[in-house]
Order: sequence, then structure tokens, then C-alpha cells
Amino acid sequence: MTHPTAAEHPVYNYKVVRQFTIMTVVWGIVGMLVGVVIAAQLAFPALNFDSQWLHFGRLRPLHTNAVIFAFGGSALFATSFYVVQRTCQARLISDRLASFVFWGWQLVIVLAAITLPLGYTSSKEYAELEWPIDVLITVVWVAYAIVYFGTIARRKTSHIYVANWFFGAYIITIAVLHVINSLAIPVSLTKSYSIYPGTIDAMVQWWYGHNAVGFFLTAGFLGIMYYFVPKQAERPVYSYRLSIVHFWALIAIYMWAGPHHLHYTALPDWAQSLGMVMSLILLAPSWGGMINGLMTLSGAWHKLRTDPTLRFLIVSLSFYAMSTFEGPMMSIKTVNALSHYTDWTIGHVHSGALGWVAMVTIGAIYHLIPPLWGRKEMHSVALINTHFWLATIGTVLYIASLWVNGIMQGLMWRAYNDDGTLTYSFAESVAASYPGYIVRLIGGAMFFLGMVVMAWNTWKTVSPGAAPAAEPRVQPA
Amino acid sequence: MDKGDLLGIATLLAMAAFIGVCVWAWSDKRKQRFDEAAQLPFADEPERTSKGGSDD
Repeated sequence: MTHPTAAEHPVYNYKVVRQFTIMTVVWGIVGMLVGVVIAAQLAFPALNFDSQWLHFGRLRPLHTNAVIFAFGGSALFATSFYVVQRTCQARLISDRLASFVFWGWQLVIVLAAITLPLGYTSSKEYAELEWPIDVLITVVWVAYAIVYFGTIARRKTSHIYVANWFFGAYIITIAVLHVINSLAIPVSLTKSYSIYPGTIDAMVQWWYGHNAVGFFLTAGFLGIMYYFVPKQAERPVYSYRLSIVHFWALIAIYMWAGPHHLHYTALPDWAQSLGMVMSLILLAPSWGGMINGLMTLSGAWHKLRTDPTLRFLIVSLSFYAMSTFEGPMMSIKTVNALSHYTDWTIGHVHSGALGWVAMVTIGAIYHLIPPLWGRKEMHSVALINTHFWLATIGTVLYIASLWVNGIMQGLMWRAYNDDGTLTYSFAESVAASYPGYIVRLIGGAMFFLGMVVMAWNTWKTVSPGAAPAAEPRVQPA
Repeated sequence: MDKGDLLGIATLLAMAAFIGVCVWAWSDKRKQRFDEAAQLPFADEPERTSKGGSDD
């Protein structure tokens, strides 16, 4: 490895970070476009064109896989590889393995985009991909873990920065979750059956499902928060000690919350109650971390007025606070009796997914692009501001309309007449949901439009000749 | 020992672990170390001015 300066600064591997950064924007647009299409299908069912490949049931897993694993995954790879190098002051241990992680992950995404519309599915939510793709994911993930932890092992700093603890927990836990939940007996190249029977299969699935939220979509993105919020605010995190308590409390409690997805099912009552209680306790570490992020700005709140990137990061924490309050509330069995199977759940997921995960990602990407391509700043700061308002208003429209829809559906489904018959047929609740579906479509479309603005801004920033490139390409090893 | 005792023990153990982490994190002995760690995102900044090195 060549050091271009006499100073002992290693040269980081920015190539893989750049690749994942660009693909975050690309997959964000693809995944959210599919989301807008299926939102439109709910309002206007004819939009499935009577084609099995465009059917809601097949496009919906395509949407969830694309936004979680393609958009969110690429963002996590980009940021974790960037943060681990910069806070450990060491280059990734292997450029070749890092490159394998990039191309392997892209292959997984392409295979998902082909197989899901064709109807190949293991039917496990957020784990629909069939077994050969599951094996590929495992191989890529092991390579990722080797690169990540190998880099930490060769760090030049004595301490491992807290962001790396969160990234590390996310990498280890996702490996465990993916392997255990995907255990299946293949009957052909494209079909397999879970090794777990009945209720146990449901419990394993939601142990996986909720911890995918807890570790992929929370711990990983908290790693982003702990690096990019202090960096963009140009001040250290509010309390490093609180971040340590935050870490251990969050990872210890999240693991137990899964049963709240199975209230009033065949799952034993005690398991349901355990899931509910642990979900309620989870509010404490969630808010501890959120406060730690927000208070990092204390004394520098004025920066929010001029810095839309910082605004993305901080508003994402506000949505995080909102959805981590809403989640425990919805896990209470009596509340869940009203909310479960309604649009409220989808609204809750998107207040986390759009408001927290996507917005913290967008903030981090706007922070990342200039240094990665040797630019002073993004091509247009005004367009970041435009993107910010599109994303914020879009998210608010999305979640508010589904709150209304969800509570209305819940109340209609449980209403009954004096003689014990149901007051409303199911179809009546669907018809009543129509206005909400239109507002949700508008909100989702606004969020998508913001991503298109981001793509244009990114292109203008990184395209050759757009600005003087101060930086030579990464040195060969 | 019935289920109630086990639940009690589990609760106490979890509580002890939580208090233990808090005491560990807030002990004076580790204050300096954590203050240094909190600065890590800014520790590789000098390269900002170094020529031809990394690009931030």
C-alpha cells in the first residue's frame, strides 16, 4: 500500500464506498417507484393490467426487498465501510473481498428483482427469496463480516468508536437471523419448505422479522447517526457514556420484541405478553439514543437554518422518536386488537422507513458525496432543501392518511349490531379507505420525486468536469 | 422453585446488568478514555489539508 504523504495517514478504500453510494440512490429510486406503483394499485386496482407479473401480491415483496435490502443495504455497506476506515484510521483489509461484497450484493438484488415478480417465494415476509439466493446472501455476508471486523482488528486507534459497535452488532445479528430463519428443505432449485412447523415457524419468522427491523433498520442506521450527526454538526456526540448504555440496552431488549407481531394468534399467551412487555421497555433505550443524537446539536441549533443536510439527519431523529413511541403503544394487546391487520401498521412502518431510515440515509449520502468525489459541496444546496421539504411533507401525508384509514378500518371491523351481526361488510371498509389511499399515493409520490431530485443533484456533483476533482483515484495496493 | 421465582430472578439479573453497565460507563476512571473516543470522528481530519492524500 502506498502512502502518498509522509504523514502516517493510510489511504482509504473509497472506491467501494463510492459504488455503494451511487447504488443507494439508484435502488432508492427503483424501490420507491415500485412502492408508488403498488400504492396506485390500491387506489386504482385496474393498474395491475390483469398481469400476474404486475400483481400487487408479487410487486409488494419486490418493493419491500428493494427498499430494505437494496436501498437500505447499499446505504449500510457504504456508510459502514466509510466509517470503519475513518474512525479506525485503517484501510479495508482486502480490496478484492470488498469488491466481491459489492458485486455479490448487486447480484442478490438482481436475482430478487427477477424471481419475485415470477412468483418464486418462500412466503416468509422480508425473507421471500428462495434458497439458492439465501445461500448467496450468506456467502456475501460472511465476506462483509471478514472485511469489516478485519479492518477493526488492524485499527490504529485504541478505542473502537461507538458507531462501529452498532454496525458490528448489526452484521453479527443479521447473519444469525438470516441463517436460522431461512433454514429449509429444498425440493427443487426454485422451491423449498421451512424446517419449522406451524406456530414455531411463525415465531421464528417474527423473531427474524422484528429483529430485521431492530438490527438492520435500527442498529445499523444508529451507527450512521452516531458518525454523521456529530460530523455534520461539527461537534462530538452529546454523551459518549449514554451511547454505551444505549447500545447495550437496545441490543439486549430488541431481541425479545418479536411476538408482538403474533398477538391473538396460536402463539402461547405468555409469549405474547413477553413480547408486549419487552416492546414497552424498548421505548427507554430508543429514546435514550434519540435524545443523545438530538442533544448533540445543543448550542448549535442555528445550523439547522442554513444546513439542509443536517436538517435531514435531525428530522430523521424526530421521526425515529415518533415511531419508537408508536411501536410500543401498538404492541399493547388491547391497542393491537384495533390496529392489527389495518393500514395503521403500514403507516407505522413508513414513519420508521421513510421518516427515520430513508431520511437519515439521505442526510448521510449528502454528507458523503462531496468528500468521496473530492468536491467542496453538493452541486446545489438549494436542491437539498427542496428534497428535504418533498420528503418531509410526503412522509407526513403518508402516515397521517394511514392513521385515519387504519383506525377507521379497525372500528368498522369491530362494529356490530344489537342482534350480533356485523355492521359493515369488509368491502365497505375497503370502499371507505379510498380517499386515504389517494392521499397516501400523493405522499409517496412526493417522497419519490425527492429521490429523483437527489439523483439529478448527485449526477451534477459527481459527473466529470462538474467541478475540479481535487482527488486522485484510490491508490493501488 | 416455580415459574414466578424464575421470573423474579430474571428480572433482578437484567436490572443488575443494566445498573452495572451504567456504573461502568459513568465511572471516573473511564472518563478520559470516553472523552477521547468521542473525538474519533474528527481524529483523521488533518488529512483535509494534506496534499494528495485522502480526499476529505
